[in-house]
Amino acid sequence: MNNLKNFTKGFIKENPVLVLFLGLCPTLGTSNSAINGLSMGLATTFVLVLSNVVISSISRFIPDKVRIPSYIVVIASFVTVVDFMMKAYLNTPGKNFEPSIYDQLGIFIPLIVVNCIVLGRAEAFASKNGVFASLIDGLGMGLGFAFALFMLGSVRELLGNGSILGFKFIKGDGMLMFVSPPGAFLALGFLIMLMRKLNQKLAKN
Amino acid sequence: MAKKESNFTNMLATLLIVTFASSAALGFIYELTKKPIEDALLYKKTLAVQIVLPEFNNDPFGEAKRVAVGKDTLNIYPGRKDSVLTGVAVETSAPGYGGDIRLLIGFLPDGTIREVAVLEHKETAGLGDKILKSKSDFPLQFEGKNPDNFKLGVRKDGAGEVDAISASTITSRAYCKAVQKAYDALKKGEIENE
Repeated sequence: MNNLKNFTKGFIKENPVLVLFLGLCPTLGTSNSAINGLSMGLATTFVLVLSNVVISSISRFIPDKVRIPSYIVVIASFVTVVDFMMKAYLNTPGKNFEPSIYDQLGIFIPLIVVNCIVLGRAEAFASKNGVFASLIDGLGMGLGFAFALFMLGSVRELLGNGSILGFKFIKGDGMLMFVSPPGAFLALGFLIMLMRKLNQKLAKN
Repeated sequence: MAKKESNFTNMLATLLIVTFASSAALGFIYELTKKPIEDALLYKKTLAVQIVLPEFNNDPFGEAKRVAVGKDTLNIYPGRKDSVLTGVAVETSAPGYGGDIRLLIGFLPDGTIREVAVLEHKETAGLGDKILKSKSDFPLQFEGKNPDNFKLGVRKDGAGEVDAISASTITSRAYCKAVQKAYDALKKGEIENE
């Protein structure tokens, strides 16, 4: 498989959220605004890239029976690194004391450990491929995840609050439902529908 | 890639090496981020104190006092300008709908509420998060009121004079309770001019 294909498959053909349905818990939980979705996506990308690189380089030394615990330790370490980093550098509240990005993502950052995308890519790709290919795979999958979360977050923020990334487009309060959990399911459903349509078109050509 | 055979020694060795390496790396990162994390938390609290207190030029954290109210112990931070008391910030909390709501409340020396900052909350987006000043006018009804003659309770419960956020009565009750607790701490703390 060439590297470009390897990179782009994460966006459309094998998008982790919209096609493979992996990692739906953080997707539904953190996509109530565009910025939250994007930050969660980028944090996951960071973990995914580094864990893929490390796992692909150590997998040949790891006995088969203890590979899952070893991978989880590697992944958990990188998640903790992200957690520390965000707590240190993305923890500044706004001028009027709006909660910081770290405060808003809160519990979901440590939960990247159990995001099935990360372990899934380690097991399905990184443990069987070279370091560079795994890096590209992690980057593609991670950015595909971030892209899906950003799209979902933008749609929900626009419908629920009338804004994207905090810039107001529509006056008034918007449809509250889209900021709360039911809206996440609805918006995700429609995004998946669009994605299927797109993939069908691409398959025909 | 060929699978590596597992036996007791190599499994033990692998797990030992992996866990040891990761703990070493984490220890290093912890040391590296310890200072910035402390700075960020302190900045957050300092910002909140600056928002809720009137002008001051002392160190409110240096003069912090701990006061027991009921089962809880609350931190209170007096703000002084040239050793004249200008206001007192009280850190308080009460269980809301989604978890503890933590507030920092600025009182004037006579007990009037000056301003409230929400330090932490997990209320429902779009409903309970209207306790934030950026989201609704709910917090404004507390400003300039003195709990001595302003009953902190939700009007529809018949408990006080606060109009609850619609569809978020539990959140509103918790908010009132937290403010009341802060006021009790303020009275009990007896912070005077120096």
